[in-house]
Amino acid sequence: MELHISEFDIPCSLFDIQMINGTYIALIPLLPLAGFLMLGLFGRKYFQNTSGIIGTTLLLISTVLALYTAYGYFFEYGKVDGVYQRFVPLQYTWLEFSKGVSIDMGIIIDPISVMMLVVVTFVSLMVHIYSLGYMKGEERFPTYYAFLGLFTFSMLGLVVSSNIFQIYIFWELVGVSSFLLIGYYYDKPGAVAACKKAFIVTRFADVGFLIGILILSFYSGTLDFNTLIERLTAPDSNELKNAVAASFLGISALTWGLVLVFIGGAGKSAMFPLHIWLPDAMEGPTPVSALIHAATMVVAGVFLVARLFPVFAISAPDALSIVGYVGAISALIAALIACTQTDIKRVLAYSTMSQIGYMMFALGVSKYGGEEGLGYTASMFHLFTHAMFKALLFLGAGAVIHFIHSNEMKDMGGLRKYLPITHITFLIACLAIAGVPPFAGFFSKEEILLAAYQHNPAIYWIALITSGLTAFYMFRLYFSIFWNKEHHPHGEHHGEGGFAMMMPLVLLAVGAAAAGFIPFGHFVSSDGTGLEAKFHLQFSIAPVALGLAGIFIAMWMYRKQNDKPGKLAASLGGLYKAAYHKFYIDEIYLFITQKIIFNLIGRPAAWFDKNVVDGLMNATGNGTQKISEEIKRFQSGKVQQYAIYFLVSVIGLALLFIYVWK
Amino acid sequence: MTEPGLGHILFISAALFFIGVYGFFTRRNLVTMLMSVELILNSVNLNFIAFNKYLWPDRLDGLFFTIFIIAIAAAEAAVAIAIIINLYRSHRSIDVENAQDLKY
Amino acid sequence: MTGSSIIFYLLAALTLVSGLLAVTTRMIFRAAIYLLFSLIGIAGIYFWLQYEFIAAVQIVVYVGGIVVLIIFSIFLTQQAGEQLPKQKLGRQLFSALAAFCGLALVMLQLSQHVFTETGNEPIEPNVTNIGNQMLGINDNGYALPFELVSMLLLAALIGCIVIALKIKPESK
Repeated sequence: MELHISEFDIPCSLFDIQMINGTYIALIPLLPLAGFLMLGLFGRKYFQNTSGIIGTTLLLISTVLALYTAYGYFFEYGKVDGVYQRFVPLQYTWLEFSKGVSIDMGIIIDPISVMMLVVVTFVSLMVHIYSLGYMKGEERFPTYYAFLGLFTFSMLGLVVSSNIFQIYIFWELVGVSSFLLIGYYYDKPGAVAACKKAFIVTRFADVGFLIGILILSFYSGTLDFNTLIERLTAPDSNELKNAVAASFLGISALTWGLVLVFIGGAGKSAMFPLHIWLPDAMEGPTPVSALIHAATMVVAGVFLVARLFPVFAISAPDALSIVGYVGAISALIAALIACTQTDIKRVLAYSTMSQIGYMMFALGVSKYGGEEGLGYTASMFHLFTHAMFKALLFLGAGAVIHFIHSNEMKDMGGLRKYLPITHITFLIACLAIAGVPPFAGFFSKEEILLAAYQHNPAIYWIALITSGLTAFYMFRLYFSIFWNKEHHPHGEHHGEGGFAMMMPLVLLAVGAAAAGFIPFGHFVSSDGTGLEAKFHLQFSIAPVALGLAGIFIAMWMYRKQNDKPGKLAASLGGLYKAAYHKFYIDEIYLFITQKIIFNLIGRPAAWFDKNVVDGLMNATGNGTQKISEEIKRFQSGKVQQYAIYFLVSVIGLALLFIYVWK
Repeated sequence: MTEPGLGHILFISAALFFIGVYGFFTRRNLVTMLMSVELILNSVNLNFIAFNKYLWPDRLDGLFFTIFIIAIAAAEAAVAIAIIINLYRSHRSIDVENAQDLKY
Repeated sequence: MTGSSIIFYLLAALTLVSGLLAVTTRMIFRAAIYLLFSLIGIAGIYFWLQYEFIAAVQIVVYVGGIVVLIIFSIFLTQQAGEQLPKQKLGRQLFSALAAFCGLALVMLQLSQHVFTETGNEPIEPNVTNIGNQMLGINDNGYALPFELVSMLLLAALIGCIVIALKIKPESK
C-alpha cells in the first residue's frame, strides 16, 4: 500500500495563495466527512443547537477550496498543448489483486470533476444554509446535518474518484446517505417504505454496474480510469481487440460491459424503467430533495457516462445509442406524467427525471472530439444550470410547504402576495427551465437540441415536444401555486421564511439567471480542447416559440380558477388516466415481483430451505443424538461388562495381528 | 500317550486361565469374582514355572517371578477383601449388579 | 503309560474340574472349597515338576492364607448358606463363547509355535540356590525386587487396615 502524491500544484494567485495541491483538494471531501463524524457521534450530546453552524462552516470552507481549485485549474494552469490535462495528484494503493489490477483511492482532476466539485459544494452549501431555517426546532437536528455531511462527502468522493472501483464504493455510500435522508422521518410509514424502495431499486441496478466493472476491468486489465480509457480507446490496442472480438449473444463484450455500467447509472439517475423510486423519495425533507434528488445524486449516472465517454463514443457506439434512446424516452414519459400530478414535489421529481433524460440523450447523440462533441459539452452545461434552477425550485417549494403545511396544489393559490421573494425566485427558475432567454436554461437546452438535430432527428423531435410539455407543466405548477384561487389566511403564524431560507433562494436565482452566459464550451469538452458554441438564431426560434406557447396555454388554463383543466382531462380520457397513474409502472413492478418472482422462485426456495436444508441439518442433529444415546450405554457402570469388552477386543486385535497384518 | 511335556502344561494353564475369565464375567458376587481372579493368577504362575523348567533350565527367573506373583496376589487379595467389606457396609450387599454408581 | 504320567493326568483333572466347579456352583462356601482343591492341584503339579519350594510356598500362602481370608470375608459379609443368584443366560452364553474363542486362539498359536530349548546345564532349584540368588546383588540377583515386594506388602497391610476401618462416631 503506497501513497503517491505527485508534484502537481495548481498555481493560484487569487488572494495570494500560491498553490493548491493534492492535499488541499483532498480536504474538499474530507471536511464534510469530519462534520459527519463529529455531529454523528457527539451531536446530540454537545452540539444540539450549533450543529447547523458547524456543518455549514465546514462546507463553506470546502466550497471556497473548490472554487479556488476551479479558478486555478481553468485559468491559471489552463491548457497544455491546447488540451486540459487530466491529473492524479493523490493516489493510495489500497487493495492489490495483482500487478496492475488494484483498488486505489485517488483523486483525479479534469474538467468535469472540477466542475462537479464546484456544483456539489455550492448547492450543498445552499441547502445547509436553507436548512438552518427550515429544520429549526427539529429534535434530531444534529443527525440531519451529520447525514448531510455524509452525503456531501460521498458525492464529492464520487466525482473525484480515479479508480472505477472507488467510484463504485462512493456510489454505494451515496445510496446509503440517500436512504438515511429519505427515511429521516422514520415514524412516517410512507417515508420508511420510500427509503427502502430507493435503496433496493438502486442496489438492484448496481448489480449491473458491478458486472460491468468486472467485464471492463477484465478486458482492459486495470481498474484505473486513465489506464482503462487509454487501453480501450487506442486504435491499435490488444485489449480493445479482445474486448470487441469476444461476444455473447451476438453483442460484443465491450458493449455488454458498457451497457451494464449504464444500467447502474440509469438506476441512480432514475431513467425509465428504473425511475420508480424517485417520486417516492419526495417523502424526505424538502432541502434533502433539493440536494440529492435534484441537483447532485441523480446526476451521478450522467457523470458516470461522461467519465467513460471516450470508451462509449470511440469503441462502442451502439452502447451510446442505447444511452440516447433511454434518455429520450425517460424525458418524454416523465414530462407526460408531470402534467397530471397534483403534489408539487412530485411534479418537480418528474421534472427532474425529464431533465436528466435530456442530459442522457445529449451524451447519447454526441461524438468524440471537436465540433462533433457538442452533445457532451451541452450535457455538462445542462447539468450545471439544472443544478441551479432545480435546487431553486425545490427550495422554493419548501418555502411554500413551510408556509401552507401541505404539499397539494389544491390547498394553494394566490400566494404571490404572501411570499414575495419566493414568488419572484420561483418565477425565474420556471422561466429558466422552460428555456426562455436570457435565462440559463435557454442556453443549455439550445445546445442540447442543436446536438440532437445534428446527429439524430428522431431524438430531436422527441426533445422538442418534451420541451413544450416542460414549459406547460412548469407554468401549470407556477400558476396553481401563486395565482389561481385567492388565499384566505387561516392559522399561519409566520410569514415567509427567515433570512436563512431566503438567502439561498436569491443566490440560486442569480445563478439561474446568469449562468447561461458562461462560455462553457471553453472549459468542458469531450476531448479536453475548447469548443466554440455558436449561436444559431434561426435554430432557436422553434424551441423558444414552443416554450412560450406552453406558457400561454398554462396561463390560459390556470391563471384564474376555471373548469378548463377538468374538461381537457375528460376529453383526453384514457391518456390522462394513464399519465395520472404514472403509466401503471409501479403496478407492473409489483405484479412481477409478487406474483412471479415471489411465487415462482421465492416460495419454492423457502420451502426447499426449510424442509430440505433445515431438514438435513435437523436429521444430522437428531441422528447424532440417537447414536450417542446408544453409545452411552457402553458406560453402564458394570465392571464385568467392561471386562467382556476388553477380552473381546483383545481377541479381535490378536486375530488382526496374526492373520491380517503379518 | 506321550510323556506329558511343555505342551500339556501349557494347555492346562490356558484352560485354567479361561475358566477364570469365564467366572469373572459370569459371577454376580464380588467374593466369587475374586476367586476367579485367583484362578487366573495361578494359571500364570503355572506358565512361568513350566517355561522355566522346559526352556531355560539353567536359570531361575521363572521361579522368582512366581514367588513374587504369589506375594503380590496375597497383598491384592487382602486389599480386595478390605474393599469388599467397605462396600458391604455402604451398600448392604455385595452383588456387583448393585454397584453401578459410575453409570452414565 | 508310566506312573508319572498317570499322576500328572490325575492332578490336571483335579485342577481343572475343581476350577470349573468353583466358577459355576451356586453355593458360595462350596466355591471356596473348590478353589482350595484347585490350588492344591496346582501345588501338586509343582511337586510333579520337582519344584518343591514353590509348591510349598503355594500351599502355605495361597491355600493357607488367601483361601482362609476369602472364607472369613464370606462369613463377614453374608449368610454362607444361601444360594447365589444366577446370572442372565445371555451373559453366560456369551461369556462362555468368548472364553472358548480365546482358548481356541491360544491353543492354535501354541500348536503352531516351535519351542526351542537352550542346551545349557540345568541348575537345581533347591533352597540353597534360590536363597543365594534371591538375596544376591550381582547380575542375576533379585535383592531389589525382594525389597520392593516387602515394601508393597507393608503398604498393602496399612491400606487394608485403613480401608476396612470402622469410623467410630465422635462421642462426647
